[in-house]
Amino acid sequence: MSNQGSDYQELPVESYTSGESKSKVLNKNKIRRARIIGVILLILAGVVMFVLAPAAEGNATFGLSFPDDRFQLDALSVPSTGSLYILALVLGFLGGTQFLKGFQSKSTIILGISFALFVVAVMIWATAGQEFSLISMLVSTIARCTPIALGALSGILCERAGVVNIGIEGMLLGGAFTGVVMGSLVGGWVGLISATIVGGMLALLLAFLAINFRVDQIIIGVVINILVLGLTSFLTAQVLVKRPEWNDAPIFPAIKIPILGDIPILGPMFFDQTILVYGMFGLVVFTTYMLFRSRWGLRTRSVGENPKAADSLGISVAKTRYLAVIYGGMVGGFAGAWFTLGTVGRFDEGMTGGRGFIGLAAMIFGAWNPIGAFGAALIFGFSDSLQQKLALINTPIPTEFLSMTPYLVTIIVVAGLVGRARPPAADGQPFEKQ
Amino acid sequence: MNKNLTAEEKNELVNPKERGFTQRLATATDWRTALLIPALAVLTALIIGVVIIMVTGSSFSDAMEAYKALLQGSVGSLRAISETLTAATPLILSGLSVALAFRAGLFNIGAEGQALIGGMFAVWVGFSITGLPLYIHLPLAVLAGIVGGAIYGFVPGILKAKTGAHEVITTIMLNYIALRLVDYFLKTSIFQREGRNDPVSKNVEATAELPAFLSSVDPALRVHAGLFVALAAAFFIYWLLFRTTIGFEFRAVGANPSAARYAGISVTRVYILVMMIAGALAGTAGAGQVLGVLGRATPGFTADLGFDGIAVALLGRSNPWGVVAAAILFGGLRAGGQQMQVSANVGIDLIAVIQGLIIMFVAAPALIAAIYRLKTPVASTQISKGWAS
Repeated sequence: MSNQGSDYQELPVESYTSGESKSKVLNKNKIRRARIIGVILLILAGVVMFVLAPAAEGNATFGLSFPDDRFQLDALSVPSTGSLYILALVLGFLGGTQFLKGFQSKSTIILGISFALFVVAVMIWATAGQEFSLISMLVSTIARCTPIALGALSGILCERAGVVNIGIEGMLLGGAFTGVVMGSLVGGWVGLISATIVGGMLALLLAFLAINFRVDQIIIGVVINILVLGLTSFLTAQVLVKRPEWNDAPIFPAIKIPILGDIPILGPMFFDQTILVYGMFGLVVFTTYMLFRSRWGLRTRSVGENPKAADSLGISVAKTRYLAVIYGGMVGGFAGAWFTLGTVGRFDEGMTGGRGFIGLAAMIFGAWNPIGAFGAALIFGFSDSLQQKLALINTPIPTEFLSMTPYLVTIIVVAGLVGRARPPAADGQPFEKQ
Repeated sequence: MNKNLTAEEKNELVNPKERGFTQRLATATDWRTALLIPALAVLTALIIGVVIIMVTGSSFSDAMEAYKALLQGSVGSLRAISETLTAATPLILSGLSVALAFRAGLFNIGAEGQALIGGMFAVWVGFSITGLPLYIHLPLAVLAGIVGGAIYGFVPGILKAKTGAHEVITTIMLNYIALRLVDYFLKTSIFQREGRNDPVSKNVEATAELPAFLSSVDPALRVHAGLFVALAAAFFIYWLLFRTTIGFEFRAVGANPSAARYAGISVTRVYILVMMIAGALAGTAGAGQVLGVLGRATPGFTADLGFDGIAVALLGRSNPWGVVAAAILFGGLRAGGQQMQVSANVGIDLIAVIQGLIIMFVAAPALIAAIYRLKTPVASTQISKGWAS
């Protein structure tokens, strides 16, 4: 109900009655927002100018090719101090303009660009005098965005049908565990399929309690997370520790697509990945098509927006929701397999580390649209892989702070955007057939 | 949104002070749903626990052996009872933290992080100040925990109030951030014990320790004065919620934020205040752990007490005295779980599964009613209203 966000919350009652004073207050809020963004940008410029630039020395070198790539690109080497001062000036100019005049409707884009410039500045500062393999970071960005994008997709499917799913984390963890056990016992593909099935079964529990018993959906999500975390930890300690051969699954190899895989930079990023990453691309495209171009998608969305109207047109709300939630759960289980079958081949307690919740943030950032959520997941994947790669080279930032980055980015994104992105109207509301 | 209100919640809004004691004791419609449903929920969860133990290759008698150890470790001896109460102490506080937020329609999953930050504040005051007498140093250290938790609770509160960021996501993210902050600070010279390379803090001064008041009977009895702090907090939250205007505002916002806003209550202020008090409660839980049990801080010293707080609050139906009872039950499960792990070789993670099942059954009383063919009409707990409100 307070979709408009807090801008309206504290207004005096009169502002609702008179149109003129309402627009005045709105205008004031707009100016205030522009000022705040301007100040943030100026602070960023100040940090680059006075903290990062004086501390940087020598050239920052970024590797753009792997040694065995067919086409070699020369490493990009930039003088760190000079480029930092330039970045500081650009940020300062953007911030100053925003503060004085405001970029109006473009200010969000300017904010995004400025954050990107700031990240570039941090990277230059952190690698000053060293070499940093940019290409391997970009490749791992795509890999690390996979579970987040799929988690977001899982959330989108459930919420477009009107069921809030915060049990994605549990579905990821359940998929990861099942994937490694079945993968070790039978083989990678069986592991992947079992993980998908387990995700679907957890979603069935969510659907059953949410639709049949109308239990609070946030509580069910939390219960799924607690149950799966407890159960997988229990089984790890009780069974996998005694039978390490059950916790040693084959890892899906990266499959290089001929010709496309040889394109510099983009080739290794998009066309030399594991089957799970390709599966993610396929699922994002397929789900987008199904949600927005098929009869099933129209029905699913109608059930999430206005179940009463859908019901009166003869659509079974319960059945439609069941289908969407189970599909979403299967996507979550598939995503979970990435943690074990796509990377290390073994399971550790709580190894998903909040990626399911980051997926939820990506879903909100992407405005409940699969393509948008994929874009958001790329940002999270980038921050995740950046912190990991920066931890490998000798940076002045403590590793604990580096590993906070994905979580901080999530908070900033959720705080900055939730007010403007509109969730499906019947999200989280149980439906009772009259 | 109105349709999500139970009749009892409406009554509370209309008529907050004219309700009988038993009604206030239980948030449920009558004593049967208040006591029978949780009891059956616990029983069902324990039965499923047996199945899980047997799935991992143990026999039925092994499972019974494990439950015997669970019972012995929780109430089998004076020492076991002391362990149960020791484990229950932080759970009362973290349960109150979650319960208070529930009452205002907020889901505080961040008790874990708030307890970590509160504990770090408390441990810092505990070791850095020397020479003060106990009656000044100890309250100061506990107060530091309260302040630390309140600060960390303020962050999701203001984010929710000013930007609409859903507290479920922000508090979970803040938990991960708190864990890493603790890891970082335990390696700085401010906190790290001299001559150690691993992340462990200096020991709390004796004047800041919560005294183990039964240690004169038997030095092994670890139950400490934090228990009284927790009980006092339960009384305070009960008083705050049901006897003050602020508490009424909290409950009004929890029942229907738009109606509350229309009635002139500042929802923004309530969200911030509730999260700060909830954070303070969780911070006290963290302070109690470092000052009463551990004597120092180590990475992740809260050991999931924040997550158990969610289970405690749900089982206690967000009623302060219900929370105390639920915390003692879960404290027993924790203490007994240790015993179970040692003597029956069944992993303590089973307790987490049982707790998860208990929450599920308590949140879905209709499920319990269906299993046991109860005729009592039961309504599901509704605490959240999607992302946007």
